[in-house]
Amino acid sequence: MQTVSSLLDKQWYERYKAISRLNIRSSIYDVTNQCNLRCKGCFFFSSDEHKAAPEETDIARWEAFVEKEQERGVNLAILIGGEPTLHLDRVEAFYKRLPTFCATNGLIKVPRDRFPDMMVGISLWGDEEDEKLLRGKDAFAVSSRNYVGDPNTYYLYTITPRQIGRTERVIRRIAEAGFKVHMQLLSNDEGVEGFTWTASQLADIRAEMDAMLDRYPRAVISCRYYHEVITTGRMLGRPFGWMECPSVTEPMDDRQPQPKRLIRFIRWAADLQTMHRCCTSATRDCRTCKDGAAHMSWVMVNKRAHLTSAKDLQNWIEVYEMFAKLYRFIPW
Amino acid sequence: MPESKEIQELILRIAKIIIDELKLEDITPEKFDPDMDLVDELGVDSMDLATVALVLQDEYGVFIDEDDYPKLKSIRLIAGYLQSRLQGAKG
Repeated sequence: MQTVSSLLDKQWYERYKAISRLNIRSSIYDVTNQCNLRCKGCFFFSSDEHKAAPEETDIARWEAFVEKEQERGVNLAILIGGEPTLHLDRVEAFYKRLPTFCATNGLIKVPRDRFPDMMVGISLWGDEEDEKLLRGKDAFAVSSRNYVGDPNTYYLYTITPRQIGRTERVIRRIAEAGFKVHMQLLSNDEGVEGFTWTASQLADIRAEMDAMLDRYPRAVISCRYYHEVITTGRMLGRPFGWMECPSVTEPMDDRQPQPKRLIRFIRWAADLQTMHRCCTSATRDCRTCKDGAAHMSWVMVNKRAHLTSAKDLQNWIEVYEMFAKLYRFIPW
Repeated sequence: MPESKEIQELILRIAKIIIDELKLEDITPEKFDPDMDLVDELGVDSMDLATVALVLQDEYGVFIDEDDYPKLKSIRLIAGYLQSRLQGAKG
């Protein structure tokens, strides 16, 4: 029988022990149905999730809801939207009670006097040209001014097929502005022409993501195994898809056999009653889903499947560390 | 102090459940080190523990609180936990 210590040297074993008992239990919350941008390819609007439920507007109900989530065992609140910063009182209801991550387009600055150490992930969809094409404006120009020098902020760079050969310019721009960056891939939910991945493009971008990690190790929060899994859609020979995804809302999960999954995970709509099927659009084809967090979680919940060789287990450790860094469970 | 027969039997039964539920290969209940750290050595995660706990709950009729999972680090500690819960239920 393979054991962890029999596979790892002392240094890797210490890294394993630093994360083995973190027991991260996340859930995702739509803070609002509104946004101050309308990005082409945004799953929230393209699949009409902004119409799924009306918003709860009573802040006392938000506070009571978060307390129930705490009791349910959630120890990481991931706030998405719409644009969460449009309703900072709701964000605060989470931040005062739970470790909280806020995804934002960065156009509105989170006031650090109210949220001193909340981790903020700023979305970025490419260089100026693609940002204007997909989002209507160069959001980076605004967000990088808003968050300059902020140690609790990083960029979530959504790479599109048109970015192949151009990612370094974006990564360098982020690094030179003093930020960290995590890379993920666009799932082209709205079928925007030229933005759907082909197999050869995925192979090309994998090589480019590896190169960015090598060239900008202080700025890029990533690892090669994550690049492999997200670009190939395969882990240990298994294809990603509905029967493998760990990020399915638990009370709606009737899959048989039950795959390894995130315990207690729910994605809540902004009425605090309606649940969405999974962490992203329910209209998306799971076979081609490129959701970064879902792929990271897929690796993370399959720890024992990686106890087959030192390399496999080291790959697992690197992905878990990456996730733990992105959500502040361990330092950069 | 020598272990009671009851604890020894519990240890073997828990080892068998873990082997079956986690589909472990190349190990028997008799050869399973009852003091092996299930998380740090075997790579057990909270979903694995929940799976094992459900079987134990069904078999022994005791509720295992999720808040207690961090205490259940080894088969011997699980056996001790179960024994105390069973004795508590009898008392």
